[in-house]
Amino acid sequence: MASDVEPMVLKNPTLRWIEERLPILSFGYRHLVAYPTPRNLSYWWNFGSLAGMILVIQIVTGVVLAMHYTPHVAHAFDSVEHIMRDVNWGWLLRYLHSNGASMFFAVVYIHIFRGLYYGSYKAPRELLWIIGVVILFLMMMTAFMGYVLPWGQMSFWAATVITNLFSAVPLVGESIVTWLWGGFSVDNPTLNRFFSLHYLLPFVIVGVVFLHLAALHTHGSNNPVGIDLTKKDKIPFHPYYTVKDLFGFAVFLLVYLGLVFFAPDLLGHPDNYIPANPLVTPAHIVPEWYFLPFYAILRAITFDILFIPAKLGGVIAMIASIAVLFFLPWLDTSKVRSARYRPIYRIFFWILVADCFVLGYVGANPPEGWLVTLGQIATLWYFAHFLVVLPILGKLERPLPVPESLSAPVLPRGAAVPAE
Amino acid sequence: MADTTASVEPVEGGKRRDFLELLTWSTVAVGTAAAIWPFIHQMNPSADVLALASVEVDLSKIPPGSAIKVMWRGKPVFVRHRTPEEIAEARAVPLSELRDPEPDSARVKKPEWLIMVGVCTHLGCIPLGTAAGEPKGEYGGWFCPCHGSHYDTSGRIRKGPAPTNLPVPQYTFLSDTLVRIG
Repeated sequence: MASDVEPMVLKNPTLRWIEERLPILSFGYRHLVAYPTPRNLSYWWNFGSLAGMILVIQIVTGVVLAMHYTPHVAHAFDSVEHIMRDVNWGWLLRYLHSNGASMFFAVVYIHIFRGLYYGSYKAPRELLWIIGVVILFLMMMTAFMGYVLPWGQMSFWAATVITNLFSAVPLVGESIVTWLWGGFSVDNPTLNRFFSLHYLLPFVIVGVVFLHLAALHTHGSNNPVGIDLTKKDKIPFHPYYTVKDLFGFAVFLLVYLGLVFFAPDLLGHPDNYIPANPLVTPAHIVPEWYFLPFYAILRAITFDILFIPAKLGGVIAMIASIAVLFFLPWLDTSKVRSARYRPIYRIFFWILVADCFVLGYVGANPPEGWLVTLGQIATLWYFAHFLVVLPILGKLERPLPVPESLSAPVLPRGAAVPAE
Repeated sequence: MADTTASVEPVEGGKRRDFLELLTWSTVAVGTAAAIWPFIHQMNPSADVLALASVEVDLSKIPPGSAIKVMWRGKPVFVRHRTPEEIAEARAVPLSELRDPEPDSARVKKPEWLIMVGVCTHLGCIPLGTAAGEPKGEYGGWFCPCHGSHYDTSGRIRKGPAPTNLPVPQYTFLSDTLVRIG
């Protein structure tokens, strides 16, 4: 049972020469080989490394697509069709990229809810969590701008609607929107800057991911039991978690490539195969599935709140729905991390999950009749969960007895050696 | 695990395990190669580029003694209507005098029509000599201004740094006045 970090031994003189001048080998060894990892991580802990692998897939396919794409209003749509029809394997590369975006969000959302369930955002991992929320923000910006590039009807109207959100800002709103557009409507300058930023932001995400990892490796992964583990309860990252992550990646590929090969347009909108037309708005515009809950929150504010007009209120609510996550480490007042030992929080957790699905459903459908009310209730609950339930629950809830170490719940009394 | 066949026994250090390992790594190698291929092949000419890889030229508008340039695959192709004197001059040169020995008859399908890719075989400049008034070099063919290569009336290298003759592309005469290049 080798759980302690064993020093790296280099026999090869060339490697020793490199290591002496650039200690990159010992760095890799410390963080990818010997790195002490909780021995009780479940498959829910696969989704972090999975997200990292998808980021790489998105960058590689994206760089390749940029070799064939033309960011000009007169050529963008055609160049995407050129990729689909003429470029060798272009259809595969584009479907990998578009479905990759969907899978990225799916994986990251699971990763986030894993953190919510097991209290991974609590001390000393608050910054780790906050950096994660920053990554989510960057991902959303990147995904939105990428969606505009094919310059179909949905692209154009998504760009129009989302940039118009800023017009809700008092006084300078209109100026900001004009500045974002580089003109008086979404047009060629907008498309050009979106392409530039869509290429840039993923590399910014890579940088922030390294911060995320640096913070992670400072205190190590949280675990399903949610207690701080001693060395005895940790195992080296390699081979235990390299193999487990690879296995998870293989299972993920089945789902991802299943979509790519058998239902590549399942998650997209047919309207985006119609070239952008600034004179006609599609009858029913909806964002991609991963933005639906936020879209529902945006539309839920149909009334003025004191001096805040409904339009601005919706924008504030939508931004706040993500921004509230920044404060989560302090809103949750319970000292117990894992929901395993928080019977009441566990119920509220699943209500929040259901609430997000309700918001997604509302966001996918036209804002009519009872759906408006349902969206408002779901929005209210979303904020209540973070701003009311969590602070109070931490004070009132009586947690179940939390074990002192992993061997306590797993093994009979006195057994020090962990199970194989 | 419940397998009781003989192969479970460690024969010469684990025969079955060796086989599984070989199988696994072979699958990894083939799978990786297959996954990488689309990323490499996407840089090869796409279907629309290949579709434009031939061009038809109307020869009726080129009087004897003059030449034109046509674009083919992004490069100029020289189409020269040679005079009988130029043909005779090209055919009179002994092969031993040539750096890249090639008889004139092997470079044309009809002696009066010389069709070549107009890219200097030295470093890719476009030799002068096609349009009227351009220097044709010491051998009456073409002269490359970049590094001073001289080509004769058959487009063969005669002097200067270029290593080989101007290449002759694939072409077919569709009729007496129409030729398809590529």
